[in-house]
Amino acid sequence: MANYYSDIKEIKFELEQSELMPRIVELKECNFADKDQYDEAPQDFADAMDSYDKVLEVVGDITANVVAPNAEAVDAEGPHCEGGRVRYAEKTYENLNAMRKAGLNGMTMPRRYNGLNLPVTVYTAANEIVSTGDAGFENIWSLQDCIETLYCFGNEEQRKKYIPRVCAGETMSMDLTEPDAGSDLQSVMLKATYDEENDCWRLNGSKRFITNGDSDIHLVLARSEAGTRDGRGLSMFIYDKRDGGVDVRRIENKLGIHGSPTCELVYKNAKCELCGDRKLGLIKYVMSLMNGARLGIAAQSVGLSQAAYNEAIAYARDRKQFGKAIIEFPAVAEMISNIKARLDAGRALLYQTARYVDIYKALEDISRERKLEPAERAELKQYSRLADAFTPLAKGMNSEYANQNGYDCIQIHGGSGFMLEYACQRIYRDARITSIYEGTTQLQTVAAIRYVTNGFYAQVIEDMLAQSVAPEYASIQKRVKTMAEKFNACTNAVKEAGDNDLHDLCARHLYEMAADVIMCLLLLQNASKAPELFGKSLQVYANLAEAEVEKHASLVGKMTVDQLDNYRQA
Amino acid sequence: MKLNIVVLAKQVPDTRNVGPDAMTPEGTVNRSALPAIFNPEDLNALEQALRLKDQNPGTTVNILTMGPGRAAEVIREAMYRGADGGYLLTDRAFAGADTLATSYALATAIKHVCPNVDLIIGGRQAIDGDTAQVGPQVAEKLGLNQITYTEEILSVKDGRITATRHIDGGVETVESPLPCVLTVNGSAAPCRPRNVKLVMKYKRALAPLELPQDTTYEQLPYADQYGKKKYLKIQQLTTADINADLNQCGLAGSPTKVKAVENIVFKAKESKVLTGSDSDINGLVQELLASHTIG
Repeated sequence: MANYYSDIKEIKFELEQSELMPRIVELKECNFADKDQYDEAPQDFADAMDSYDKVLEVVGDITANVVAPNAEAVDAEGPHCEGGRVRYAEKTYENLNAMRKAGLNGMTMPRRYNGLNLPVTVYTAANEIVSTGDAGFENIWSLQDCIETLYCFGNEEQRKKYIPRVCAGETMSMDLTEPDAGSDLQSVMLKATYDEENDCWRLNGSKRFITNGDSDIHLVLARSEAGTRDGRGLSMFIYDKRDGGVDVRRIENKLGIHGSPTCELVYKNAKCELCGDRKLGLIKYVMSLMNGARLGIAAQSVGLSQAAYNEAIAYARDRKQFGKAIIEFPAVAEMISNIKARLDAGRALLYQTARYVDIYKALEDISRERKLEPAERAELKQYSRLADAFTPLAKGMNSEYANQNGYDCIQIHGGSGFMLEYACQRIYRDARITSIYEGTTQLQTVAAIRYVTNGFYAQVIEDMLAQSVAPEYASIQKRVKTMAEKFNACTNAVKEAGDNDLHDLCARHLYEMAADVIMCLLLLQNASKAPELFGKSLQVYANLAEAEVEKHASLVGKMTVDQLDNYRQA
Repeated sequence: MKLNIVVLAKQVPDTRNVGPDAMTPEGTVNRSALPAIFNPEDLNALEQALRLKDQNPGTTVNILTMGPGRAAEVIREAMYRGADGGYLLTDRAFAGADTLATSYALATAIKHVCPNVDLIIGGRQAIDGDTAQVGPQVAEKLGLNQITYTEEILSVKDGRITATRHIDGGVETVESPLPCVLTVNGSAAPCRPRNVKLVMKYKRALAPLELPQDTTYEQLPYADQYGKKKYLKIQQLTTADINADLNQCGLAGSPTKVKAVENIVFKAKESKVLTGSDSDINGLVQELLASHTIG
């Protein structure tokens, strides 16, 4: 029987072959403190890794045998808006049911709230796998990670009330966007007022583009400080659907991810609870929420790239023209190899990011229980910074790759790909949103650029270049070193010009150069350990990345202050 | 009410995914060439049992399976889905059993280990033998009522069970006192997926026959766990454990003899050419109605 986890060896490699994994498990399991208390808790590192493997096998099984076969029907039917409520496509309920019965909710939550206490890295793999089957369904299911924010910033009473419900399969949403507050969340206007009489908060207003907006538990960004206009007047609230007061006005008609309802919500004096402290809604909590969500979109994108690869290679092997399978034509084979190279490179970046997130989150969690040792504090700072720097790279690059891979997948299908019969068109449509939501690629650049200018990426690259590689890849390592030098030279040139507009204009190019180099370095490590899995992708990706770096270097070289005006249209 | 349920399950070769080497030249099933799976309709049976367990706290669901050591896999698979445990009925003397000897072994085992059973639920039939005889024979041997072709258990209360069963052209609702044997149809609700918490809990569960040769539980990795958690040792039953009459077991107890295996080739005997005219279409519809093919 097909299995979307065990059939893809690269995922298992990413989970098992990192030297960070023992540290992650040790921190996440607090030295295996749960082992005598919970039957399902691991006894040691090897036992934990074995359990992760078995959990993902269940995810792969359900994805291959329930989620993927339902994807076409869910895409065709889509959700319905009836009497202020959302009714999912029929098969979406089947998917949700399977996930709930398998216990695949609240995956990263501690066991004391009925969670599985899995590392973010393992949850990320589950996300990727489900997305390969149906990215639209992954959208609904993976909103479970909103619970991380409630866990981190809610009080104990709220944790006890909501986390077990999410672990039991209740769904979540994050209600942030409004008609006039998209990328610019500081403009959020949804009003939160304190109801003295009933000793609770009330929400009034509307939200737009809310994924899974009729969920059971909402995290809502609202203006609690009357008279304010910026981010400092916003707080985070928990709305429980059981209390009522929020209706769905309509569902958007979208290009892709049809299974996932995108809702316009109306709040009519809806009772809610404050989560965390007032005024920290946007500046602290939404930032945390977004970082988790961005990693999720990176995983969704990698899943879509894997789906594009699967569809492309299956069709190219099957389709015969001029007396042979089209995969035998170099022009087709190159497209497939490029998809695979971008997939493997992007996946390496995804899991490296997830591991960084794991270490800092686990340490942060420990710091809520006890004071960290100085060495742990330094570790927390280091990994939190790495996670912060890598998340926008992983999200931006993988979402752009998913788009490119979906495009190439259709191209390989030729005329058939343009017809709606094949899965490739759904992959192509579903991929389109990934580079837009949870911050467009342009905003990922904004989040990442400070790590370009302050030399952090350069330092990471230098450290990675110092790692040893298998002798057969020494020449590639040398080429990557040259690429890194070009990146540094471009960065310095832009900094020396000292012009803000020029800096912003070049940001995307510098961002991509950093990402290209880092992904080459990650693939170098992977291929050195497992040449049979990653050797070809390394060679192909190095060729692609080298050309990309050349291109960006050339563009940055031409973009001088006196060119700025050519890039302004009236 | 608390129920004591036994689910009869069988590990079978996956005859749905047949390759070119699925049959031996002698016409028997080449078991080594086919993956071993949980018999599909037994999974439907398990789901019915687990639903009763969901509705009736305190209910126990135990799997009873007959087979070699590796058949313990179906017990683990059932535990991953919510069963409490199971018994592996295993003995060289059980080998070569036909449906009569199999039902004798199963019925004897149930009398021995679950004398207070309320419900015995199995799949309608196994995909390797396709006889649909074992469930009914177990009922006969235990002198219990049976509901075959079960679609859904509607209720169990006050010592009675109500269920729907699949019949030609529809379903019928029947009632029986407990204890009772049910065989469940493949069209019944599919079995729930494995639950990951249960997978982590039971992943080390092993029957003695599955241990590497000359190894005891105490010598396995995580040996202390087998001492602390009884459910990690899957119970094994031999002919001696259930006091079985050896003459009724295995080949000795199996009157069925396979005389020969033939390949059947379907040939069209006669054919009729119809046009798209109204009269031809009408004629065909009438003919199909008369033969009850449609309508």
